[in-house]
Amino acid sequence: MSEALDKRTSPAPRPRGKLNVPKVTLAHGGGGKAMRDLVDDVFVRAFDNPLLATLEDQARFRLADLSAQGDRLAMTTDSYVVDPLFFPGGDIGKLAVCGTVNDLAVGGAVPLYLSCSVIIEEGIEVETLRRIARSMAEAAAEANVMIVTGDTKVVHHGQCDKIFINTSGVGVIREGIDLGAGNARPGDIVLVNGVLGDHGATILKSRGDLALDAAIESDCAPLGDLISTLLAAAPGTRFIRDATRGGVASVLNEIAIASDTGIEIDETATPIREEVKGVCEILGLDPMYLANEGKIVCIVPEDQSANALAALRAHPYGREACAIGRVTSQRRGRVVMNTVLGGKRIVDMLVGEQLPRIC
Amino acid sequence: MKYVDEFRDPAKARALIGEINAQVARIETCKSRPLAIMEVCGGHTHAIFKYGIEQMLPDAVELVHGPGCPVCVLPMGRVDDCVALAETPGVIFTTFGDAMRVPGSKKSLMQAKADGADIRMVYSPLDALAIARSNPDKEVIFFGLGFETTMPSTALTILQAEAEGIRNFSLFCNHITIIPTMEAICSSPDLKLDGFLGPGHVSMVIGEAPYRFIAERYKRPLVISGFEPLDVLHSIAMVLKQIAEGRAEIENQYSRIVPKNGNEQAQAAISRVFELREFFEWRGLGSIDHSGVRIRDAYAHYDAERKFAVPALKIADPAACQCGDVLKGLLKPQDCKVFGRACTPETPLGALMVSSEGACAAYYQYGDLDREPVGEDA
Repeated sequence: MSEALDKRTSPAPRPRGKLNVPKVTLAHGGGGKAMRDLVDDVFVRAFDNPLLATLEDQARFRLADLSAQGDRLAMTTDSYVVDPLFFPGGDIGKLAVCGTVNDLAVGGAVPLYLSCSVIIEEGIEVETLRRIARSMAEAAAEANVMIVTGDTKVVHHGQCDKIFINTSGVGVIREGIDLGAGNARPGDIVLVNGVLGDHGATILKSRGDLALDAAIESDCAPLGDLISTLLAAAPGTRFIRDATRGGVASVLNEIAIASDTGIEIDETATPIREEVKGVCEILGLDPMYLANEGKIVCIVPEDQSANALAALRAHPYGREACAIGRVTSQRRGRVVMNTVLGGKRIVDMLVGEQLPRIC
Repeated sequence: MKYVDEFRDPAKARALIGEINAQVARIETCKSRPLAIMEVCGGHTHAIFKYGIEQMLPDAVELVHGPGCPVCVLPMGRVDDCVALAETPGVIFTTFGDAMRVPGSKKSLMQAKADGADIRMVYSPLDALAIARSNPDKEVIFFGLGFETTMPSTALTILQAEAEGIRNFSLFCNHITIIPTMEAICSSPDLKLDGFLGPGHVSMVIGEAPYRFIAERYKRPLVISGFEPLDVLHSIAMVLKQIAEGRAEIENQYSRIVPKNGNEQAQAAISRVFELREFFEWRGLGSIDHSGVRIRDAYAHYDAERKFAVPALKIADPAACQCGDVLKGLLKPQDCKVFGRACTPETPLGALMVSSEGACAAYYQYGDLDREPVGEDA
């Protein structure tokens, strides 16, 4: 992306600040040298790219470079407050990059630039911040995006929980791609790119309230490349959505309502790990509502579904992809599941948070 | 194949449906009116809807969803008491997750938490005791809720607290017992039930004997049932077989979990800590004699009702709410005047709409396939 840089904004080499304390204090949010040391030594060092290194109040990029890649901009934002900060398969940093990258990618956009705004609770270990920043940098490298601007605030103990991260993202939508929840048509096929509920089950397990010992990890992953592959193989794809909070069930309901169609899914075709099923059995949760951080729901026309499925399965993040159901003209606005037993049931929108049952 | 999948096998389900149809064919009375079988336990209600069991049954068999959901039968006044306790300065109030959204007359525990009360969700009363141990300067109250299924763990927690000498822990006891309520249902003059599926996990504690009066005095069959879909279908077939053969007995389909005499150690822990209340108020059903338990005097220092000022006001349910008739099996959830209109899972009027084991919430979420979608209601 070196062309993206105007010569006039190229960074003059500037000595970077060094942070030599073990913990963050309110001084690191004060706007002075301590803050610059924190920003330089933790974030700029990890994210390391020329657009960020200028440390202007804004990142600058050339319109011509953007318009060469598509005809519309996509912009999105998300905040990350996950507890615990580190969990099997990921951490808050990886999540903050992948989540925003995926929100761009599912709209058919090529993700390009992210911002990173952190709210830090005083007393957090600097090493914890470094781990998070490194993890963000690794995820950004994999997703082929740059973190180009950011902000840090430090708040009093108890005013936030260790660290909250907000990332916003900008991407460019390729010409001719127009994905939307209202585009589903009866006969279309519903695909997912792998097993469902791993992230939600992992977080529940990692909170440590329950002595659950299940070998599961978060599916957190940047899906830009997978989605590009899918769109190349099935250009008629109607809609893609990452099935995060609220799970696959919530996405399917949105599609059914927006497109005024019915959606029928098969319980036996829905891929869920035994370990995740086990966690759900114990806690009384439905894996269809568990959060995913590396799973998409795709609606594709039937005649392109075989190509779409093959393309997904050929990608490392789609090896266990499968068709879980189809769009119908019956029971418009509703999602119906054919149960493993041969019955049918409605899969409704989740109300509030899924609360564990008591008995 | 995993252990649990064996109880969800579609081929076996079809065989059981065949058996159910065969039994129905032998029963003359169901040609004029459907046979009504009550599943007492909310866990069964949930399984029935989750697997679409109702639509697989012949028209001659109707399932009636009973009062066995402890969250659903909690009267509004008790929720107000919880909120008052939770808002007492210096208190950490601990509860199972289900109870968070149950509406009180002014607010739910979830709203009280948002207003600043220190309310924490736990998975076990021992978690609440651990909170008490690590917060010696706070009073930790555990909201004890449920039938005999959860009673032993609460009783053992009190005994543990006593053994450790922990004094900043107490129990707001709302434990209830299913037998007097089943007796109230059976003795109702408008009883329309032909048989029962008995609660599996309650029976694991209390055993088979307490149900005998249902067979002996009221001449109705009861089959203690497991919670997997094949368990439920198998139990329905067993109830129908009894009806077809003119028998009324207590049978145990869930013998892999439920011993004939229950769990005697658990029973001992219960009776050491708890005694029957003279009466307890059930939402929708009213006051039922000896249907709740309280802490014995020997452990009075663990009784939140004696340790704190509890308002204990009786609050009538909203007039439009017909939870009581639904609980008694007189009304189907979707026939209630406010179902899906004023009363939805987002804004529940009645408790049956709150818990996933409540009949109304189950109907709303999984049930009537041809109901109008949310938001397009008249």
